[in-house]
Amino acid sequence: MMTEMREPTADKATANDTVLEVTGLDVDIRTPRGTVRVVSQVSFTARRGRTLALLGESGCGKSMTAKAIAGLLDPVASVSAGRAELNGVDLNQMTAKQRRAVAGPGLGIVFQDALTALNPVYTIGAQLGESFRIHRGANKKQAKAEAIDLMRRVGIPEPETRVNSYPHQFSGGMRQRILIAMAVALSPQLLIADEPTTALDVTVQAQIMALLHKLRTEDHMAVVLITHDLAVVAEEADEVCVMYAGNVVEQGPVDTVFSNPTHPYTKGLLDSVPSDAQRGEGLSSIPGSPPELNKIPSGCVYQERCPLVSAICREERPVLRETGVAQRAACHFSEKVSSAKVSTELANSFEEENR
Amino acid sequence: MLTYLRKRIISSAVPLLVVVVGVFALARMTGNPAALYLPLNATEAMREDFAIRNGLDQPIWVQMAQYFGGVLRFDFGTSMRTGESAADMALRAFPATLQLAGTTMLIAIVLAVIVGSAAALNPNGILDRFSSFVSMTAASIPDFWLAIVGIWVFAITLGWVPTSGVLGAAAWVLPVATLVMRPFGTLVQVVRGAMVSSLSEPYIKLARSKGATQYRVVGAHALRNAAAPGLTVAGDLTVGLVNGAVVVETIFGWPGIGKLMIDSILQRDFAVLQACVLLTAIAIFVLNILIDIGYALLDPRVRPSAGARGRRKARNEHRGQNNTPATTGTPTTSAPVPTAAIDA
Repeated sequence: MMTEMREPTADKATANDTVLEVTGLDVDIRTPRGTVRVVSQVSFTARRGRTLALLGESGCGKSMTAKAIAGLLDPVASVSAGRAELNGVDLNQMTAKQRRAVAGPGLGIVFQDALTALNPVYTIGAQLGESFRIHRGANKKQAKAEAIDLMRRVGIPEPETRVNSYPHQFSGGMRQRILIAMAVALSPQLLIADEPTTALDVTVQAQIMALLHKLRTEDHMAVVLITHDLAVVAEEADEVCVMYAGNVVEQGPVDTVFSNPTHPYTKGLLDSVPSDAQRGEGLSSIPGSPPELNKIPSGCVYQERCPLVSAICREERPVLRETGVAQRAACHFSEKVSSAKVSTELANSFEEENR
Repeated sequence: MLTYLRKRIISSAVPLLVVVVGVFALARMTGNPAALYLPLNATEAMREDFAIRNGLDQPIWVQMAQYFGGVLRFDFGTSMRTGESAADMALRAFPATLQLAGTTMLIAIVLAVIVGSAAALNPNGILDRFSSFVSMTAASIPDFWLAIVGIWVFAITLGWVPTSGVLGAAAWVLPVATLVMRPFGTLVQVVRGAMVSSLSEPYIKLARSKGATQYRVVGAHALRNAAAPGLTVAGDLTVGLVNGAVVVETIFGWPGIGKLMIDSILQRDFAVLQACVLLTAIAIFVLNILIDIGYALLDPRVRPSAGARGRRKARNEHRGQNNTPATTGTPTTSAPVPTAAIDA
């Protein structure tokens, strides 16, 4: 079913399909000990009906990127450079009023923690209907009817009675469905899903991903999926941005990147996925941990953990450059990475799927 | 709801009884009323006669039994001072106190919600620091000092308002202004703390992501979540005022229950004192029920249908947010009924 989505758009991406275009985005956080850059020069494009994954470890800046786009940064954080254009209009240049007008119909966001993201003192119906009251001027009755429709759409049983229930009366999976319903309420052109399955059981995770997939297909939304789960990326995304310490280190179509990574970090991630081929061997992992954001080295951000590190990596930060068809990586030695053999099940599964 | 009320009434009966018995015994320790009501050179026969007329010749438990017998027939005794029904006197004084308390709390709550919310929008900003200073000061100034300075400046020197009494709107200004300080100061800090914490909750971001205006985010989403701790503290403060703001009522000659209580103690007018205490105890009992209902209206998790888990969770959250400066030193009689318990 993935391929069916990919076929018509994959190679014929036109400018009209571009929903979100992020260029050179920088996000700074002010701390008592000075300003820290948490997102640095991030660029990507999200297209209609396609899913772009922001992949990375916790703290790599992927959620910050999403919040910056959605205009939901905490007061201590701010966008210091770059553009995030939704249908050609820079979100960062908008007034508060223009932003509010876009929030909902233009851009929906699914939050990470389904257990706390819903307001405990209002009914589900009131919270689902709120979008319609804000943007469509619906009255209470109309908003409730819309809420029931939405609940039905995201697969909540008995919506007519459950619409009057409160968040604490729902399970985690159901609450996540409600959050998704809220994000897609006004059929936004762009849906940002910030680790939508992190707080959920594994079985529920699959259901939620299936639901997101269904909604994307129905509404032809552009989806930005934020995750640290390689399997989810392999399953759901068309394109991937691998982020490390606030920088995009590699980006491109998922099948290309996963079958032929051109950045040592991407390769390290893929190698750390257990596979049948490695049965009996120890799990491989990337040594060390990401640098603290106030101590990012001046050269390549990945130098401390990179097996290919050499003198130039410590002096000069590599910029993203073409390493394959629509594939880019920020590495001085990306040719060496790609020549190394990748032995992961994920890559294999891609080859199978694309056959 | 009925089960809840029945439970509350039953659980309040014992403290109510203890309070009345305590007051009954304590009042009689203040001395023999005969010393006040009879001339200094009264004969032994006159004293005995006075004691018999007022039932003071009986052993104290007999007096108590007689009193409770009367209470069951809604007879609360008569005033030694005026010969009037004690219940009538207490009931006549009570509305003045309720009006004063109600006006005070209304003003305090409205101002505190506005100032506290505004301060919470930008923690450690100029407004926050200013309101913190003002509210700390307001909560710390002793009311007797404020009352006297108020009378001196506004009533005597400037002559804008009367020094005492209840006639006309101007007479309300000084008593209300004096009483409003502590509840206002305390509530600003409670509201501010609760709003800072609820504004940082994920559901605020969710509301913003739906394009909600700042007014809607603060007024509907944050405030309602912050209201429960505010309600707890406001309830406690109201209890203090309903008990009778003794000092303020006395200074301003406000004919409320606090003043009546003080007068009854000074005059050893036992029946009236007991009636006052019983009345305020019942009022506080009713107030606590109203607070409980308020909780249920504000937070669905504490409603009986919410189930024990939701209730416990919500209650713990409210406790956690309720870090108020201790409200000490209100010169009122002790609050007879344990206050503000969510658990019925």
